Amino acid sequence: MRAAVVVFPGSNCDRDLAVAFENAGAQVEMVWHKDTELPGGIDIVGIPGGFSYGDYLRCGAIAAQSPIVKSVKAHAERGGYVMGICNGFQVLTETGLLPGALLRNAGLKYICKTVGLKVETSNSDFTMGYNAGDIINIPIAHHDGNYFADPDTIARLQGEDRVAFTYTDNPNGAQADIAGILSENRRVLGMMPHPERAADAGHGGTDGVALFRALAGALTAA
Amino acid sequence: MKARVHVMLKNGVLDPQGEAVHHALDAMGFEGVNGVRQGKVIELDLADGTTEADVNAMCEKLLANTVIESYTVELY
Repeated sequence: MRAAVVVFPGSNCDRDLAVAFENAGAQVEMVWHKDTELPGGIDIVGIPGGFSYGDYLRCGAIAAQSPIVKSVKAHAERGGYVMGICNGFQVLTETGLLPGALLRNAGLKYICKTVGLKVETSNSDFTMGYNAGDIINIPIAHHDGNYFADPDTIARLQGEDRVAFTYTDNPNGAQADIAGILSENRRVLGMMPHPERAADAGHGGTDGVALFRALAGALTAA
Repeated sequence: MKARVHVMLKNGVLDPQGEAVHHALDAMGFEGVNGVRQGKVIELDLADGTTEADVNAMCEKLLANTVIESYTVELY
């Protein structure tokens, strides 16, 4: 598996994500926001957490217009894999690769803690290392993680089995407790929690490892 | 020419910041505030010949996220 991790000014989980990919056996290349092309032969692009462009205007809004993200969009439209975590999820909704938007947390506070997530579907190369219904513990760290979409979109996501993870105890007001969603072709995942921060015993939890291993298994075989 | 763009969360989208401001006004003793919505104002200094349609395109593509926000444009 060859992975690219995008680095924006203000990204702060880029190296953690690269290490999680590497530990799963991936070859990782870091790409800068001003780059216009992804390196050739990339299987998956990781859009990391952080505060791209200082969260100016809206979280992820400026990043969504950056040169590299045009190339990431083209990669996704060709059927390539993309994974956006936290600010990366916000970037993916701003590009339109995933539906909905992330609003300010309902309680207005930045929340940084480990939360319970329910795996809603094992039907994706991101989540097939879990069983549907599994409860896993993954950290969140965000101020704008309150997932919003109109009722038709929420119903469509649920009807098409595209809700990847829900919160067991909704921390931010997200509609339908949604913590992560999949694209229509199930190859783009956006999630607010940080699996790369639960990917080593030294992190205090390893529930995120199965996600990276499953991806490496699927993308190495392919 | 200048444009002033007002961006607001759409009706029906929870505005926790507006709620917090409302709560604070109530707590300060200001009576008669039925609701508070918080948005943003963006001022654009534009070259001559820039049209309202251009500004609308800027709003659609960047200045507002029309999934959650509505906007109005005022040219002056």
